[in-house]
Amino acid sequence: MAKRVYREKKKKDDGNPKEDAIEVMATVIEPLPNAMFRVQLENKHQVLAHISGKMRKNFIRILPGDKVAVELSPYDLTRGRIVYRYK
Amino acid sequence: MIVCKSAAELEKMHRAGLVVWDVLQSLWPLVQPGATTMDLEKFAERRTAEHKSHPAFKGYRGFPCVLCTSLNNEVVHGIPSPKRKLKEGDILSIDFGVELDGYYADAAVTLPVGKISPELKKLLQVTRDSLDQAISMARLGNRLSDISHAVQSCAEGSGFSVVREFVGHGIGTVMHEDLQLPNYGEPGRGPRLQEGMTLAIEPMVNAGGPAVKVLGDEWTAVTVDGSPSAHFEHTVAVTSNGPWILTRPKDVSGPSWEV
Repeated sequence: MAKRVYREKKKKDDGNPKEDAIEVMATVIEPLPNAMFRVQLENKHQVLAHISGKMRKNFIRILPGDKVAVELSPYDLTRGRIVYRYK
Repeated sequence: MIVCKSAAELEKMHRAGLVVWDVLQSLWPLVQPGATTMDLEKFAERRTAEHKSHPAFKGYRGFPCVLCTSLNNEVVHGIPSPKRKLKEGDILSIDFGVELDGYYADAAVTLPVGKISPELKKLLQVTRDSLDQAISMARLGNRLSDISHAVQSCAEGSGFSVVREFVGHGIGTVMHEDLQLPNYGEPGRGPRLQEGMTLAIEPMVNAGGPAVKVLGDEWTAVTVDGSPSAHFEHTVAVTSNGPWILTRPKDVSGPSWEV
């Protein structure tokens, strides 16, 4: 039986693992060290979220009580990334 | 890793090879107009069981059958079916392997069904010749791609083309060992052939272009342009006495297959 040569296929979303995240609304509860925040999601779950690199680069300040958009990792639903602060 | 086999291991592979030879030889007279590929499959299954050996293909990566039967424009890995009837003028490639006592052997032959056209006859002849030339290159001190090059130059020299997507392989205690043996390439590349290496050399030659595609059953490979394709194979050991064709009796000499 001839052996089939499997060419390695490149995944389409290769190089951007951030694309799979689920985005939800949340409210910041408390600031934590290392630019982390505890936030409460709309469904009352509390998750640990850090600030996205883009927001950190542009010095978007986040205070307790702010409304934010959080991306949740599909692998670990207790962690997220803050990607937007609403005014 | 390339595994070199001891003389005792080669003997075991030769025993498996003789089963393959016997089954293929006994299938030969059954390849007649009107027979279905499933008839051949059933026969091969019984015959393999009589030899107390295990068919190597059935269940391999989910392949459902004992034989690969590839008609005309099918290159390799055709699945036997009660609906596929052979008719006069077809060419049928039968690929078969067994495991006996822990060792594998693998061979294939393309047979004419009844009388075939001179073009098809030439295709079979050239493919067979390319296997012969490849086997004659399986000598100590040569490199792997010398074998590949022999196939390519023989097939392309006659105006045919060789399939790229499927390759020959190392064989031993598993059906596909690490080593890959393409049927094309520059000579003088790849690892040097050493005593005890065992290779399944299998030229797949298309009458038209080299492109193939795999059908929806995930096995049957057909030529994209619909041209007929032939396939011959032997399991060959590299020994200090030159190449040893494990899938045929020692007292048979001459060309690798009759066409």
